[in-house]
Formats: sequence, C-alpha cells, structure tokens
Amino acid sequence: MTEVKKHPTPLLDELEKGPWPSFVKELKRSADKPMVNDLLGQLERSFEEKVGHWKHGGLVGVKGYGGGVIGRYSDLPKEFPELAEFHTMRVNHPSGWFYTSDALRTLCDIWDEHGSGLTNFHGATGDVILLGAKTAEIEPTFAKLTEAGFDLGGSGSAMRTPSCCVGPARCEWACYDTLNACNDVTHQYQDEMHRPAFPYKFKIKFAGCPNDCIASIARADLSVIGTWRDEIQVDQAEVRAYAADSVDIQKEVCDLCPTKCVTWKDATLTVDDADCVKCMHCINVLPKALRPGKDRGAVFLIGGKAPIVGGALLSSVLVPFVKMEPPYEDLKELVNAIWELWAENANNRERVGEFIQRIGLGNFLEQIGLEPKPEMVAHPRTNPYVFFDPEEETESERSAEK
Amino acid sequence: MSTTIETAKRITDIGPPRYDRFLPPVIQRNYGTWKYHENPRAGVLVHVAESGEKLFTVRAGTPRLLNVKTVREFAALADKYCNGYLRFTSRHNIEFLLSDPAKVDPLIDEVQKLGFPVGGTGNAISAIVHTQGWIHCHSAATDASAVVKALMDELYPRFTHMDLPARLRIAFACCLNMCGAVHCSDIAILGVHTKPPRVDATGLSKACEIPTLVASCPTGAIRPSETRTGSVPVDVEEAQCMYCGNCYTVCPAMKINNAESDGISIWVGGKVSNARTEPKFSKLVIPFLPNNPPRWPEVVDAVTKLVDLYARNGRKHERMSEWVERIGWPRFFRMTGIPFTKQHIDDFKGAGETYKRSAQLRQI
Repeated sequence: MTEVKKHPTPLLDELEKGPWPSFVKELKRSADKPMVNDLLGQLERSFEEKVGHWKHGGLVGVKGYGGGVIGRYSDLPKEFPELAEFHTMRVNHPSGWFYTSDALRTLCDIWDEHGSGLTNFHGATGDVILLGAKTAEIEPTFAKLTEAGFDLGGSGSAMRTPSCCVGPARCEWACYDTLNACNDVTHQYQDEMHRPAFPYKFKIKFAGCPNDCIASIARADLSVIGTWRDEIQVDQAEVRAYAADSVDIQKEVCDLCPTKCVTWKDATLTVDDADCVKCMHCINVLPKALRPGKDRGAVFLIGGKAPIVGGALLSSVLVPFVKMEPPYEDLKELVNAIWELWAENANNRERVGEFIQRIGLGNFLEQIGLEPKPEMVAHPRTNPYVFFDPEEETESERSAEK
Repeated sequence: MSTTIETAKRITDIGPPRYDRFLPPVIQRNYGTWKYHENPRAGVLVHVAESGEKLFTVRAGTPRLLNVKTVREFAALADKYCNGYLRFTSRHNIEFLLSDPAKVDPLIDEVQKLGFPVGGTGNAISAIVHTQGWIHCHSAATDASAVVKALMDELYPRFTHMDLPARLRIAFACCLNMCGAVHCSDIAILGVHTKPPRVDATGLSKACEIPTLVASCPTGAIRPSETRTGSVPVDVEEAQCMYCGNCYTVCPAMKINNAESDGISIWVGGKVSNARTEPKFSKLVIPFLPNNPPRWPEVVDAVTKLVDLYARNGRKHERMSEWVERIGWPRFFRMTGIPFTKQHIDDFKGAGETYKRSAQLRQI
C-alpha cells in the first residue's frame, strides 16, 4: 500500500482529549485508509468553515431494491476524491440488538474489505449503519451480507426497519414478545420495506411496557406498547422489605401515583386496579415487589413523528388492548387497512399522523373499520361544529315511510 | 443465459437474522420468565429469573461512530468474558452479557482500559442519542459527534454515577428532521437554520421538479415565479419561511446550509415514558447558540448548567419535565437566567393551545 498523505486536523485533534470516548480516535484508527483520511480532511474543513460538505440525491442501491442505501457525495470531490461517492448502507439488525462476537466479526470483515470500516451501532432507525461505500462496492457488499444471513433495512418512502426494546429476553416487564413480533412483522413486509411505494416513511416500533424504552410513541407511525388489563401482582413481603430498607412507600410510591390508586396502610400495599392507568411508576420503584398483571397484551397508537413537514406529533390511541400472540393477525390486518387507505389518499410526504389530522380521526376510523372509543381521546370535542350524515333519515322520515 | 444464472444465485429479501441465534444460553433458558432486576452500581444490572438463575449486564458508553477495529475489540472481550454474547442499547451503549458474577469486575477493568466508561443505568445520564452531523449528513445545521463528545467530557461523572433525581435523557439532532426522536427528551439539542434558502437557479432547473418543490413547503412560502423573469423559476416568500429545510431535502438547489447563521437551540422537559406523567414534547428554552467548533463551549456551558440546576432542585423520581412543571416556567426562566423572548412563544398551527389561559400565576 502506498503511503497516504495525511490531512492535518488541528481542530479535530482537540476532540481526542477528555474522558468520553472520542469519535476522532475512531476515525484516526483507520487514517491510513484513503477514504477515512479524506473524511478527516473534509470534516476539518467543515469545522473551519462551520458548514457541511455533503450532497444528497441520485439513485444508488442494490438491484431490485429501492431502499437500504442512502446516496451521499462530497461537494468538494476535487480536494477529497475518496469522498466523491460515500454512501450509507443500512443493515437490518437482529431484534433487540443481540449479537454473537462471530456475527459482529463477520460484519466487520465484510465492511473492512468493501467500505470505509466506519460504522454506527446503531442508527436512529435501529439498523447497523455502514458509512462510506463507493457505488461499485454496494452490490458486492450486499452479496456478502446476504450470504452471511444479513439483509438491508428500509429507507425512503417505505416501511422503515421495525425495531423493539430488549423485551422478554431480559426484562420482567415485557407484556408481550417484542422481539418475536418485530422479527415477524419485518419478515412479513420485506417487499414494503425494500421497495418504496408509500406516500412517505412508515415506522413501526415495539415497546414491551409503558416505559417505552424504544421511544415508540414519539417516533413510530404505529407504536405497539405493552400493557395489561388485570391486577398488578403484589408481593407484600417484598414491599415490606423495601420499606424496611430504604424506600418511603407513602412518599415515593403512593404520593406519586397519578391516579392515587395505591395505598399503604398497616404495612400492606393496596392497588385499586380499576383506577390504575398502567403508568409503571410503582413497579419501577419496587421491581422486586410489584409486577404487571398476568392478562397481558398491547395498546396500539398511531401517528407519532418528528416535526417535518407539518409539526411533531405523539402517537394517539387506536386500539386500547390487543392480545399480542403469533402470528399477530390483529396487528397485520390493521396495518394492511391503514396502508391501503393512507397509500391511496395521502399527499406526497404526508405521514399517517398528518393524514389523520387532515381527514379527522373519526373519518379515519370509519375508513379502516374501527369503532370510536373514549380511550382514543383526551376528552370529547369542545366545539359545536359537529357534522351529521345528510343521507341519514330523521325520525319523522322513518315513520312516514312506515 | 449468464443473467439467468446470476439472478438465480442472488439472495434477496431474507430479512434480518433471527435474534434467538444470538441469545446467550442463560437468556434462552429464562426467556420471558425474568422475575426482577437490581442495579447494584452504575453500569451493572442483575436480572434474576423465576428459576433463580442470574444474568449480569455491564453497560458502557460508546461514541456511536465506531471503527471496525474497535468493534472487533468488543467482540474479543465478549469472547473472553461472555462466551461471545453482547448487545447494544437504543442509546448507542454496548452491553456485555455474563452469567458468571466473578467475571464482572475484571471485565469492567478491561472495558475501562479500552477507554469506554461503564455506567448509564438508573438515575444517571445515558449516552446521548445523536445523528451524523457534518460527518455524513447533507442538511446538518451543526456537527453532532463533536458537540456530544465535548458535552459528555463535561457530564462524564453523571454517566458513571447514579446521583440524579431520576433518569436524564439527552438527545441531539443536527436539523429539524430530528432523526432519533429528540423532541421528547429531558434535554434536546437541536441544530437550526435561521435564514431562508438561497436558490441556485442552475441546479434548480437541472435537478428539481417545481410542483414537488412548491408542495414541499409547510407554510406555502415557495411559489412558482409569477414573472418568470431572470432564470429563477421559484420565489421564496422570506417572511413566511421558518427554515425547516424540507425544500432542500426534495431539491438540493434550495441551499439551506449557511455558515454564518446556522447554530444550535436547546429544548427541555420532554419524555416518552408513561411513568407518573404522560409522554410530552420538549419545550424551547434557548432559541440560538452559535456554532463554535471544535468544542462548542456555549452549548456545553448552557446544558451543563441546566443539568446542574435540575440535579440540585429536582425531587427524588422527578424527571426534568416534572421538576419544571412543579416550579412553573416563569420560575424556571428566572432560576436559569435565560431571557424569555418572542421566539419562545409558539406561532405555528395550534399555537393557541400553549398560551396560559388562567389567572393561576405564582408570585412574580
């Protein structure tokens, strides 16, 4: 290998100092790779000029897919020729981000050979991100990945790579099998993920309980959040042990319950489950003593998204309770109905949350065949501009017909 | 003929590998039957199954951008201490999964020697979820990795110690696209453009569809030019533009990046968890701080002060949002000394919902 003339990086060098692990050190570990050297050079330039130097657009990808690869080009290709093409590949992660060392090494070997050797574990979608592929390397990288049992994730106006929390693999609060549901849905909808045919992106995220460690309510178009509908399981001996140890049960548990449904009297903890909103606080504070109920499932919420285009939205309740059992027919039927309506009727780059705001949740429910339920709203409407169906017969019209 | 053979060999749509291949035996044996967990020290979790078996997790922070050489070192540590089993979290942390408690301390020593801090569990700051910034993104109004690195250097003890009132989730996005849900974080750091796009006429005619471009603007600020004089086929109604950059994403000729006027805003009091209070958005507290590479001292100073103030004043189990709501926003602004300006008052759709509509005010 010929000696690479290294770009000086006095500004970036400052970020090698300090106790937190340094991304500059990560870059410099491969400074002898021409691509990484040019990346260091261009990044230093961005630090000097306070502006980025990347262009987007252009069609890059693997044969037969419309997504999974994000085109990226330097706008300074003369100065940093190794960045003239520097695309991102999204590799669909295994549910829950579990790996064996062998699987990780396989990914590393493929990426070291065909790309920059720079990665993110993981990107915001949940995928393994391989940063910096030349166009000609994309297909060979893909071939090696699939041979090793990995596939690309989603990008563009498609179903995006679904992701989930650690779930029953390591959490006593998982109210359904998030890993299996995520894996099942991802496999079911490979076509919708790899070949963008939607108005815009559609994200599905699986959280095992209302702590929502996967942030599904904020960033998934369809948020599947575990919950239960019977009684919180209480081990009184363990509650007493917490009380004897360090926890002020009244102050830390009862007083902070949002519906004040937990009481602590005569060394006994009582939960009025009819008033419990499954917020998880008492369970979080007393994990050895309290557990979610046994009749477990999930609540489906719809429409979460970040600000672009029409403003940020949190997902809102669509189905208050579903038993989440394979093959997840309830979920898939609903997803299919939503996609059919939204894909046909939404504007370009209109997420499903924005679409619902435009047509109204009531109309949306009617179109996908769900009954309105009070759980779906924070409160009923406060304005009197209520629509009635002009086709519907009045009482007197009906009796006249008789 | 050759094409047919090639197509036959090509593997597609196989989806992700099954997760259960990667689960350590202790998890396979106790899948779905975990009973409780403990967090004996920062970065260490112990999960106990109904069977009595225990799983030990050692969590360490990473810079998100990882060289394959570093990933191989993680793999080697997993081989030495965890029979090869490890995972990552949704916040860029790595987790080593052990069944032998005797190996926990030696593993922690080695992880720390490699330069990765063990912590991020319980009432601590976990690693900052962040985006690509100038390393790889076209629409970045700032860098991501650098600000996160500079900030975590300062907040390091908050990662390695669990001494906050509750967990504190910080997230960083380098533009309004907000890859990674920063808009519901205890503290959100957000790159912002503050000037309308400059139209590159040549690029526009080459690369962009005008109707798509016009439709991309959420406020209708982009219109086909009425006169069609000159070579620019669209006008930008500058007073209507709020610099979201959506036009730039659909049309690279709408130059939104601007070295002089791009910078960072700070948001506070969002959460995604349902615990106690409902999930909520973060709210704007600092509309603009300058881009000041390589270490963004203004941003580091502002965020560190917010964290310290919360650490001193929040009550046990109270998230940032719950603390601010208890004391009220007016007192928050007085305590922080952050000036309250016109920019803090919402003027997008639904803005009226955010006005104070009662006479319930604390003493001024």
